[in-house]
Amino acid sequence: MVGPNNLLYAVSIRSESTFKRFVEVGRVVLLRSGPHAGKTAVIAEIIDHNRAIIDGPATGIPRHAFPYRHLTLTPFRLPKLPRGAGSGTVLKQLTSEGIVEKWNKSTWATKRTAIEKRKSLNDFERFKTFVAKKSRRDVVRKSVKAAKKA
Amino acid sequence: MARSKTLSPHVGRLSRSQVFAKRGLHKGQKKSEKLAVPETPLTREVSVGGEKNGSTRTVPTSKAPRYYPAEDVRKPKKSRKTIVPTKLRPSITPGTVLILLAGRFRGKRVVFLKQLESGLLLVTGPFRVNGVPLRRVNQAYVIATSTKIDFEGITIDEKINDAYFAKAPIKGRTSAEEEFFAEGKPKEKEPIPESKAADQKAVDKAIIAAIREEEYLAKYLKATFGLTKGQYPHQLKF
Repeated sequence: MVGPNNLLYAVSIRSESTFKRFVEVGRVVLLRSGPHAGKTAVIAEIIDHNRAIIDGPATGIPRHAFPYRHLTLTPFRLPKLPRGAGSGTVLKQLTSEGIVEKWNKSTWATKRTAIEKRKSLNDFERFKTFVAKKSRRDVVRKSVKAAKKA
Repeated sequence: MARSKTLSPHVGRLSRSQVFAKRGLHKGQKKSEKLAVPETPLTREVSVGGEKNGSTRTVPTSKAPRYYPAEDVRKPKKSRKTIVPTKLRPSITPGTVLILLAGRFRGKRVVFLKQLESGLLLVTGPFRVNGVPLRRVNQAYVIATSTKIDFEGITIDEKINDAYFAKAPIKGRTSAEEEFFAEGKPKEKEPIPESKAADQKAVDKAIIAAIREEEYLAKYLKATFGLTKGQYPHQLKF
């Protein structure tokens, strides 16, 4: 029952999708598992609804099939990457777009490295950070109190 | 033999009174006389053939065993087990900071000095830093951290061995009664012998000097170890 009212309704809700990142050729992805976990790569070709061919010449990831389940989409992409582009083209576009630097500068990546660093601390280093945090708290507390008085 | 056949476990075909009647105990308990066992003599007479054999011979009724042990004291079985000295974990070397996991000083961070003959680890707080005296611990109750103090040129006196930690024999036992009626007075503490206190100081001197070299190390040793929310020891790096 497609009436004039329904048609009107359909037109009125057509708007931009809220999804911003898509599985597409040229999408920069973060690998979540496997030997290259934690590194970024680019989708070079989509195999099916489960896997894509990824390539990471700038981060040392060989070109191989990888399931979507074990990757996360990042906001970065190579808009001009053609379907099934080889490693050379991917590397060229990655460097011209400066994707690696952009990724490393992103809040996401910096937080990840910070977490990694915290995890790698040994017992004594953990103690030293605890002491440092304590002294920072002390400085903040004192200065806040002084500012309140003034 | 059971007179009452079982229908199912613990349930017999006959009632208790039926069984009683069948057994006929009202007639009085049956008495069976023991058969008299004829006594067998130790020896018996046997006729022997041959002219020069004296025609008869006394022979034991039951033959003595042909074999018997030459020595009637049993020899204990030789054990082929040998005492294998405890292998020290490779992560524990002199100067390693250890976290004690059990005992009175659990949670304390201490310095490893050496392994004793018994395989136990000789550790010290140092006493002045965190109150842990010279002490023996089993390496199973210890987490070895990757922190090591500089142990160069530090030697531990040979006299500090397992015998050093042996308890002195108790002299003159006080009776339990006497102890009970001491009117709740706290037990008098035995003072630590002067010589042991001196040994502690002598051992700790060089170690404290090495600890002073690094900032926060003394503070670290003074603090106790603990886990907070979301911290799992198997995921931590020590």
